[in-house]
Amino acid sequence: MNMNRALYFRRRLANYVFVSMSLAMALFGLVWLAFILGALLKNGIAALSPSLFTEATPPPGSAGGLSNAIFGSAVMSLGAVLLGTPIGLFAGTYLAEYARFGKLAFVVRFVNDTLLSAPSIVTGLFIYELVVTRMGHFSAIAGALSLTVIVIPVVVRTTENMLLLVPSGLREAASALGAPRSMVIKLVTWKAARAGIITGVLLAVARISGETAPLLFTALNNQFMSTDITHPMASLPVVIFQYALSPYEDWHTLAWGGALLVTATVLTLSIIARLLEGKKRT
Amino acid sequence: MSEPSALTVRVETARKAGAGDFRFRLLTLLAALAVLAIFSGVVLSLVIGAMPAFKAFGLGFITTEAWSPTRERFGALAPIYGTLVTSLIAMLIAVPVGIGIAIFLTDLCPRPLRRPIGTAIELLAGIPSIIYGIWGLFVFAPWFQLHVQEPVVEAVGNIPVLSTLFGGATFGIGTLTAALILSIMILPFISAVTRDVLETVPSALKEASYALGSTSWEVMWKVCLPFCQTGVAGGAMLALGRALGETMAVTFVIGNAHRISPSLFAPGTSISATIANEFSEATSELYTSSLIELGFLLFVITFIVLACAQLMLRQMEKGKGKVT
Repeated sequence: MNMNRALYFRRRLANYVFVSMSLAMALFGLVWLAFILGALLKNGIAALSPSLFTEATPPPGSAGGLSNAIFGSAVMSLGAVLLGTPIGLFAGTYLAEYARFGKLAFVVRFVNDTLLSAPSIVTGLFIYELVVTRMGHFSAIAGALSLTVIVIPVVVRTTENMLLLVPSGLREAASALGAPRSMVIKLVTWKAARAGIITGVLLAVARISGETAPLLFTALNNQFMSTDITHPMASLPVVIFQYALSPYEDWHTLAWGGALLVTATVLTLSIIARLLEGKKRT
Repeated sequence: MSEPSALTVRVETARKAGAGDFRFRLLTLLAALAVLAIFSGVVLSLVIGAMPAFKAFGLGFITTEAWSPTRERFGALAPIYGTLVTSLIAMLIAVPVGIGIAIFLTDLCPRPLRRPIGTAIELLAGIPSIIYGIWGLFVFAPWFQLHVQEPVVEAVGNIPVLSTLFGGATFGIGTLTAALILSIMILPFISAVTRDVLETVPSALKEASYALGSTSWEVMWKVCLPFCQTGVAGGAMLALGRALGETMAVTFVIGNAHRISPSLFAPGTSISATIANEFSEATSELYTSSLIELGFLLFVITFIVLACAQLMLRQMEKGKGKVT
């Protein structure tokens, strides 16, 4: 009897310790999030001003903004999405609709999931070898291409997942009406999976708008406003990187301003994506 | 020409539809092949770019610590060491904490709080690595120096092993700082995957265990975790792959010193940080090529880790099919 009570006590104690530990770990995660977002808001809001959006990056010691970097980021992200979305969409469609259990599909799936988590700096090296050394100089095109390499696997993965969720009954019904396979896909399954596919594209945009490493030696940087995509172009992440590591106080402020803009963009996109996805599930 | 019969019209329409069908299928096949082409392109371009360095240094590249652009001597040992050590420490922290969070969210958290807390943790995964970098450099490193490094250096004083591990001057930035920030970054990956696999545990199993009088801890530790250990291990490997290749956050806070220091507080470097810092400044062909060889090594290491992760997660998915 006595031993039973001791055993009971030990088990309940272990349980108590375990429950409080997992609570503490959840709090631990939340504390970091609060810590990071707090610092970002505190330093970033101090840096916000209209000139941030209207003036180009300044030399040290004078006032300026981030307009060229914002523009560059927008142009290169847009280019990457326009180029990467169709390829990702078609490849995902191939995996889900045509070759679900094929050997080639298995290999493509494996390679795609590897690319999805592969270090982004390596894609920068790839585009450097492929484009920059051939052109002889850094350019916004190279920057956009290196971001495309990151967009494609994200879109492939979500497209395939979303198409797999479409009930086969829909496809069979369309086929039974005599629609050829391509029409079944274009008019039925793509439509049914639309929200999910858009979510994937949004997630891809969120992913590339903070990407820095692949841009460092493809698009490089540009202190001035440039609309020429065959030449180096500034981007928010690269400017943040350069300015944060500089010794100048006013450059640090601009870096924080840029960091706030990037985070706000990324978090807004991921929250919209989440809402779209949530709507789909219910 | 006479009026085409109804039959020929139908045959014609079907033929056109068939051709369009074939073109569409070809298009999707080409896109799928493009994914393979990108992958092979990455491998090929890295191998070709690394050739000069590989010819100059051979296998000694991996075992040499010296890194001197002026004397054209390059060795990858210090960056490799930095990458492995930071990732290892990050995993030691993030795996238990990530699993703890996942357990909390699946079984213990009050229902109305599950979604908001889950979302908040996943937001951590959404924050770009450059943000972790700037935060680490300006906010975390000074705090860490003042409140952790200095007291620890004082406390370990002359204790033999600890004083080498946590000794030397304190800068705030360094190997341990980078590892800690990495651990925060990979935390959400581990907890997300663990949560997904924990949800595959059939509730009959859990209920049976509870019915026998188990506590929550015993159900989790003896039933749920063994049931999905492959999936949890896969998630951890996935996170390890991320940690190994993580660039910007590490570049900001690791200190970029090409040496292997016994102290975890000392500045070091990692493969990705070396490439990010030095690539656009590399002037000679051999310098560039050595950096590309570093990239190649990084790609090979992460590829192996990610391949293992995928195999584990796939196996888990298959198992899921069997049970239900």
